[in-house]
Amino acid sequence: MIANSLIAAAFLALCAVAVALFPHSILAFLVFEASLLALYLGRLPNTVRWALFAIALVVLMPLIGTFNGYYLEVATQVGIFVALALGLNIVVGLAGLLDLGYVAFFAVGAYTWAIFGSPQANAFLGHGFPLAPHWFFVFLIVGLAAAAITGIILGLPVLRIRGDYLAIVTLGFGEVIRVLANNLDKPINFTNGPRGITPIGRPPTPPGVGYPEFFYFLVLAIVVVVIAVNRRLERSHIGRAWEAIREDELAAQAMGVPLVRTKLMAFACGASFAGVMGVVFSAKQIFINPESFTFLESIGVLSMVILGGMGSVPGAILGASVVTILNLQVLKGLSLWLNELKNAGVTIFGYSLANLPTQLEPAKYERMIFGIILVLMMIFRPQGMLPAKRRQMELTEPQENEPADSAGEAAK
Amino acid sequence: MSAVLEARSVTKRFGGLTAVSKVDFKLESGIASIIGPNGAGKTTLFNVLTGLYAPDEGDVTFGGRSLVGLRPDQITALGICRTFQNIRLFGNMTAGENVLVGMHQRIRLGLRDVLFGGPRVSGEESRLWRRALDLLGRVGLRGSANEIARNLPYGDQRRLEIARALASEPTLLLLDEPTAGMTQGEAATLMALLRSLVAELKLTILLIEHNMRVVMGVSDRVTVLDHGEKISEGEPQKVQGDPRVIEAYLGRGSWERKQRQASARPEEPPHADD
Repeated sequence: MIANSLIAAAFLALCAVAVALFPHSILAFLVFEASLLALYLGRLPNTVRWALFAIALVVLMPLIGTFNGYYLEVATQVGIFVALALGLNIVVGLAGLLDLGYVAFFAVGAYTWAIFGSPQANAFLGHGFPLAPHWFFVFLIVGLAAAAITGIILGLPVLRIRGDYLAIVTLGFGEVIRVLANNLDKPINFTNGPRGITPIGRPPTPPGVGYPEFFYFLVLAIVVVVIAVNRRLERSHIGRAWEAIREDELAAQAMGVPLVRTKLMAFACGASFAGVMGVVFSAKQIFINPESFTFLESIGVLSMVILGGMGSVPGAILGASVVTILNLQVLKGLSLWLNELKNAGVTIFGYSLANLPTQLEPAKYERMIFGIILVLMMIFRPQGMLPAKRRQMELTEPQENEPADSAGEAAK
Repeated sequence: MSAVLEARSVTKRFGGLTAVSKVDFKLESGIASIIGPNGAGKTTLFNVLTGLYAPDEGDVTFGGRSLVGLRPDQITALGICRTFQNIRLFGNMTAGENVLVGMHQRIRLGLRDVLFGGPRVSGEESRLWRRALDLLGRVGLRGSANEIARNLPYGDQRRLEIARALASEPTLLLLDEPTAGMTQGEAATLMALLRSLVAELKLTILLIEHNMRVVMGVSDRVTVLDHGEKISEGEPQKVQGDPRVIEAYLGRGSWERKQRQASARPEEPPHADD
């Protein structure tokens, strides 16, 4: 165990040094990220594991950011999507309510701060906007509440709908929110329509801390809270009620689970995580428009949950990390590399890549490869990368293996 | 003895089919059974009693309170819980977790407690787990607490459903064909369990059952349904000899045939159970 711990620590340090030495090598950064996964899966004492995690995320990651700022941006984006995936995991993974419009809640959070944190609100409230930067922290809660309420509003009419029908309704809801954002610039200009809102105010930072680091740590803190909340919910009677509804709605109700309340709670909890991250996202980006909240984003988050393992907190985290890194780094890197080959006029099997028709441009392979990965995953590992583990009951009292037909004796 | 549950003139129709027709039904403490041929409306009556269906006519009272219009979870909270004919466990959860879900109505913790609660909440949680283990022990599944429900053998799944229903602390337990698919030995153990539940927990139990050995063995009273109507009611022996019951099960004229056979061989009294 001690040897393992030392090896893990040394490996982590080595990866960090590698990134520092080759700040522009995607491979070095990928190995660093993979070392975090190894940390989670490796056979380590729990205290060592979490201590190393804390060091990696709180110390090493910002240090890496000083060598290559883009990596910190990637890490921040991963964090945002981890929170989204964890929120959707409650709705889809635990409660089994297929939600194809999840990004709508993200949009609600984002627009909540965007409208009041920019001069936009002057368009319908007169003057006094943007709000002072420190209001941002208040709006983290406002965005959370706004998204949760939106979740309940969505939930109320669709509670009687199940399965495929629910998926279609939520898909429609997601589009409604996007179209609203697109068109609510007249008669009263709430959202500034397709032109989007800018500049969105950013919160005050402690002296000496730049925005990339600030947002990284803010997202990290929120993710930690979200994970803790998720864990607590999952291990409570509320989480069990969600799973019971997923398994058999009718039986759950007959066992005393109030369907309406429990489902609304799932919608509201899932939505609230997205709402908070929406507020952070809008401040981080300074500019948002409806294009950031398309149906494809919802599907992206859903694919994170499914790839990771439905109903599994570690799965959702891993799924979000893998998909985000895949999209931002691996696939992008691959298409850049192919492009270089093409521009250099490399010949493969006697065929010069320079002659490649524009329809087959390397940039177009990104989505295709991602699609292939999804298909392969669903065929070979449908339960996801880190499927949910059932919690084990402690059989405290002497554990005699009672034969199946001893019910009578046991009852006496 | 006063009635625990009373159904007055309960009718339930599905389109043109009257599944349950003007059934009056009084349940007193102890074990009662509902029998009848397939399609007689037994399970429909169960679904009306537990709130899954609203009756088209009539009224159901439990402890003097009308159940009509209440949701299934509210009825469970009042103290009625059930099992299902085609086992409906939460298949991907462990046996222990299945039982814990049954306790839902008895848990007095809110969202705030779950999110911010300290030792009180974790103490409550471990108390629940202990109770779940006790209940599993009662039906003989203590050792299977961590098994995934859908991996359990058929008979164990039926018993797990009973443990899950008991977790809601009911005073009235409705069991829909609890011994279906069990061997005679398993069925006998289950009968012993049912008797002990009545004796120790002061439960009232209502069974739907096709296994006549079980029905005649444990029931204090038997109600017979046919085509949605109550055709006979009373003590098991009395119902067993009722010509209308024999007719419902074996067809018109069978009672007369039985009578003739019985008079020819008087040492064998008529049986309705084969």
